[in-house]
Amino acid sequence: MSVIQLSWVDWSIIALYFVFIIGIGFYLKRFTGTGEDYFLAGRKNSSWVAGLAFLSANLGALEILGWTGGTMKYGMFVSHFYWVGAIPAMLFLGLYMMPFYYSSKIHSVPGYLKLRFDERSRLLNAFSFAIMTLLMSGINLYLMALVLRTILGWDWHLSMWISALAVGCYIMLGGLMSAIFTEIVQFFLIWFGLFLVAILGTVEMGGMHQVLSGLPDAMSKLWATTGSASSNAMGVTWAGIILGLGWVLSFGYWTTDFLVVQRAFSSKDLRSARMTPIIASFFKMALPFIIVVAGLVAYKLTTNPLAHFELLKHPVTGEPWNDTALPLLIARYYPQGLVGLGITALLAGFMAGQAGNVSAFNTVWTYDIYRVLINKKASDAHLVWMGRITTLVGILLSIGTAYLAMQFNTIMDYIQAIFSWVNAPLFATMLLGMFWKRTSATGAFWGLILGMVTSFTIFLGFKLGFLPPALVHMITFSQAPIHEISDMSRNLSQAAWAWSVCAIATVLLSLVTKPKPESELVGLVKGFTKVEHEGHMAWYSQPKYIAIIAVVVFAALNIYFW
Amino acid sequence: MSTTKMYSIWFFVGGMLTVLGIIIFAMGIYYIFAPESRTVLAHLNPSLWWGAIMLAAGLLFLIPAWMGHRKA
Repeated sequence: MSVIQLSWVDWSIIALYFVFIIGIGFYLKRFTGTGEDYFLAGRKNSSWVAGLAFLSANLGALEILGWTGGTMKYGMFVSHFYWVGAIPAMLFLGLYMMPFYYSSKIHSVPGYLKLRFDERSRLLNAFSFAIMTLLMSGINLYLMALVLRTILGWDWHLSMWISALAVGCYIMLGGLMSAIFTEIVQFFLIWFGLFLVAILGTVEMGGMHQVLSGLPDAMSKLWATTGSASSNAMGVTWAGIILGLGWVLSFGYWTTDFLVVQRAFSSKDLRSARMTPIIASFFKMALPFIIVVAGLVAYKLTTNPLAHFELLKHPVTGEPWNDTALPLLIARYYPQGLVGLGITALLAGFMAGQAGNVSAFNTVWTYDIYRVLINKKASDAHLVWMGRITTLVGILLSIGTAYLAMQFNTIMDYIQAIFSWVNAPLFATMLLGMFWKRTSATGAFWGLILGMVTSFTIFLGFKLGFLPPALVHMITFSQAPIHEISDMSRNLSQAAWAWSVCAIATVLLSLVTKPKPESELVGLVKGFTKVEHEGHMAWYSQPKYIAIIAVVVFAALNIYFW
Repeated sequence: MSTTKMYSIWFFVGGMLTVLGIIIFAMGIYYIFAPESRTVLAHLNPSLWWGAIMLAAGLLFLIPAWMGHRKA
């Protein structure tokens, strides 16, 4: 028995959405003749288009569902993932890193590693990114099918295949251009489809002050309970939040993950590319007004027996399943028609994330693996053909991973940790590569390897329990009993160690190995890269002033919800 | 590759929001005359005003993008 019954109006809206996005793919196919068109959307997007796509590629429905449910457990702390865990890194990318990325006219992040260091670092990152992307894509697909089956009673196989093939269809046809067009449509659908839940929830509670009142301190404060790990539900201190989340994980993801950075590469000029993450930062800061508010409303409803609001049980674990909070709120507030819009918004979120993974995968495979190892003399037309084939293969591999996850549920624990294996050390490599001319190719490669191995070893140590207690306390910077150390705290410390080991090893090895000659660092390293003077532009066209406004809003939000 | 000018993304955003806004708004009108919905806060008829907002937003994107394309 499904929780939400769809009427013919709701089905019509969902069908209309599928027709629309596939139609966009067919329309755009005629405009994607070259590799530049297919893999970089012709490098002609404005900062608004690239900025909204930048955010949308990150905005999977699993994130929306997961963090709405997460709010029921962690309260306002979830906002850290949208504010301190994103905004500084996005602004840093726009202001300081984008000139090196964009000026080098690369197709991908591994492409930068090749220019700055050598082929070894490029291939290491290309393979690890490709594997991570496919696995994440498959897991997203599996979780989407799980949610749709539980909430709507849809068939596992049908919902996985239809949504995956729809994404595959429009990416095959129009490449990154299709992905970006549909991501922006999806962005608006997500806002219009889900923001109303937060509005109606707030109305039912009697206003925003009622949503926040009566919550335990551990849930209603952002920073006030971070003095001690035992004072908040997430089990982390302010140092863990700032260093683990705000520094390593956040910078590692937002500044190096090709899935999001690729959108900025599609900008028409350097100024637009720099503005891309800065514009996206404002929308990122606004997301807790959907997600956290909806989660707090769901929390208050579940704690009030008169509200008749009960979470569904997880089909595998049998525990109350927080991820069902948002769909249950949709069922509570949305009548026919709006239900179709709400479900379409969730589907749009799933598919935007899926499209981000697939379009990034086809670029990295085509430019950084296929052209390097298999066909060095491939023509531009052949690469576009390969991109289309890779999209199809990527989709099929994602579906395969989804079936694997269905069989082996614990695989997800491993895959969630992959971000720490790949992105955290890569951020150290990128930072040193862009800002320290002495960083050598050998230092970067072995630093990256050691960082990844460190992260993986710590992960296995936690998972299999072979680390002695003293070492666990040292690694997590916590004296709490081991069983009280939260997964979040472990993830943050794992990422921090991976970053530190990579950075230290890269520096030490670079000091004893030969750096690249300065003539080969032009456009890649600070001090050798020309940044266009922007003084003649109006203030609102200059990235630094818009970034200052973002910082002010960011600070105000943190102080208000302190 | 086509030499015809491509419609901007805002045309598609506007088109989608306009069509969905019309459907949701029409459902809101339907609920005025057949208020059998059993959802919480149904008396506020969210379909009516949310549909109207979507429709207005859709037209704000659609009309300038369509006129811009015609001029080009």
